[in-house]
Amino acid sequence: MLRLEKRPSPSRTWAYLAPVLAVIATMIGGGVMFALLGKDPFEAIRIIFYDPLFSEFAWYYRPQLLIKGAPLILIAIGLSMGFRAGIWNIGAEGQYIIGALFGAGFALALYPTESPFIFPSMIVLGALGGFLWAMIPAVLKTKFGTNEILVSLMLVYVAEQLLASMSLGLMKNPEGFGFPGSRNLQQYASAHNAELWVGSGVHMGVVFALMAIIFAYVMLARHQLGFHIRLTGESPKAARFAGVNPNRLIIFCLGCSGALAGLAGMFEIAGPSGQVNIDFNVGYGFTAIIVAFLGRLNPFGIMLAGLLMALTYIGGEIAQSSLGLPSAAIQAFQGMLLFFLLAVDLLTNFKIKWAKAEAIV
Amino acid sequence: MDLSAISPTLLVASLMVASTPILLASIGELVVEKSGVLNLGVEGMMIVGAICGFAAAVLTGSPMIGFLCAALGGAAISLIFAVLTQYFLSNQVATGLALTLFGLGLSALLGQSYVGIKPPTTYKLDLPLISDIPILGPILFSHDFTVYAALSLVAGVWWFLKYTRSGLILRAVGESHDAAHALGYKVVRVRVMSIMFGGACAGLGGAALSLVRVPQWTEGMTAGSGWIALAIVVFASWKPERILLGAYLFGGVAVLQLNLQAAGVSIPVEYLSMSPYLITIIVLVAMSANRAKSALNAPAALSRVFHASR
Repeated sequence: MLRLEKRPSPSRTWAYLAPVLAVIATMIGGGVMFALLGKDPFEAIRIIFYDPLFSEFAWYYRPQLLIKGAPLILIAIGLSMGFRAGIWNIGAEGQYIIGALFGAGFALALYPTESPFIFPSMIVLGALGGFLWAMIPAVLKTKFGTNEILVSLMLVYVAEQLLASMSLGLMKNPEGFGFPGSRNLQQYASAHNAELWVGSGVHMGVVFALMAIIFAYVMLARHQLGFHIRLTGESPKAARFAGVNPNRLIIFCLGCSGALAGLAGMFEIAGPSGQVNIDFNVGYGFTAIIVAFLGRLNPFGIMLAGLLMALTYIGGEIAQSSLGLPSAAIQAFQGMLLFFLLAVDLLTNFKIKWAKAEAIV
Repeated sequence: MDLSAISPTLLVASLMVASTPILLASIGELVVEKSGVLNLGVEGMMIVGAICGFAAAVLTGSPMIGFLCAALGGAAISLIFAVLTQYFLSNQVATGLALTLFGLGLSALLGQSYVGIKPPTTYKLDLPLISDIPILGPILFSHDFTVYAALSLVAGVWWFLKYTRSGLILRAVGESHDAAHALGYKVVRVRVMSIMFGGACAGLGGAALSLVRVPQWTEGMTAGSGWIALAIVVFASWKPERILLGAYLFGGVAVLQLNLQAAGVSIPVEYLSMSPYLITIIVLVAMSANRAKSALNAPAALSRVFHASR
């Protein structure tokens, strides 16, 4: 009989190995899924994981890695702090939309004024929008003890309706011939989140993602607040005795993740996406949950996980055009990755022992 | 705007149809949570059930086989959650989210060739004379069978939890898995079975959506119904009879806002479409405001990991 024995403390080796094993298992599992869809599994896996980096068109795909990775990393860094403390913000997608609407709304209101202050103000407003949207579940949780998972998630659907209303109404392009969607911010120099070096994929969002990684690392490793977050996650009771104020922690974690998600949305709408439109949000807020777990809730881990997940997005797009692989396949693939990760994680916390049948004393 | 176009009788009749999917999903989740497991994957299981049921009904031409396959599909995908949380001892919140994300992807994948197809019509109760009684006829005697199936399921769960020995064991496992284990009950087996029952119910709920309520297949068509079902369990304070109240309340809001949209009320459509989600939040706040009471009703071992060390 196999028996599980709890480790006194989580194994460090397995904590690092688990994500790698999970990725390998997902490649195998994904290969089986692609084979069932009637595609060559080896070719599909090669296209998803290898071609974006090393094929002859890699010069085009490599910058995409940063463009798609930056929002995932920004959001996941914020989420990871809450997840560590057992505060579940599932509504990053909504905070991402509201951040984008705040930033874009400000720019569209000022159009066509040109000023160097417009873009910095958009950054502040984007963060503020996400922060305020996240404060709704935070305040309800601290004041009434309402479940933050359900409230933050419900607000995603509310935000999607707001986005639809804005792109069809208030923010619609007056010169757009009646088509839904706002003016394109890429053609508005003061508001455009342009690449810092042409063709590199590096826009301000990438810079902010890097800063977020460093700040999060320093805070978790060196600051008292980071210690309180880790303590609350590992033992809520001990944290209370140590004088941690749970309400302040809830406000901080939700506010922080909301602001970062709002920033991600604002950088996206002012740059790669460009337009307030119904199909603006593509699920980064949900994929970031997988990124946070795959990165072990560790800032540098999240950076790697975010890039890997961006790779599957790009590879998935290539596979869509060259193999006719449905776009949903990549979503299922990402979900599978999280399943495998959660399964392999057993080895981090438990030892598997071969137990002999014991005589009952 | 013409509010007189909204007929109260038809409103009640259609709210019963509209609330059936969430009623089915939430009664299943209630059993799962009563056994001490929090499965946040309801949305994922529902949508997998929706496409399994839709595909099977289109392929065989029989809605009954469709519903059967929907229940099987929901149960099958919930088995992943059961294995991960019960045998691999994973975090239930994270695993439930993974189930939702995976289910949304998988269903879109399975449903690709079913977009824009009409499913076979589900059998509808139509008794001569009785269905023609004014007011009572349309409300009580002229629905498709899912409405009656969902209602009997709620009654069945209520009876099972309250009056049977197995129901008592299930509740014991949910209140204190250690005590139940010490008494010799198979905690893991009870929980796996509850999770699969919840999956089957969510699958049926999904099929009620894709075969009866809409009836069509579109990607992501559950649009948060699974999450609303989770909220209804909280609203119902984990009591089966109150699940009915909660589901009909939400069904009522959904139908009313659709009717208002059709009647051309001057509120923009998007703001009316928000209302079910906003009402969910308001109800959650109202329920949790009384902290002492709401904490008392929740199963004590909810979402705690069970690991028998001996």
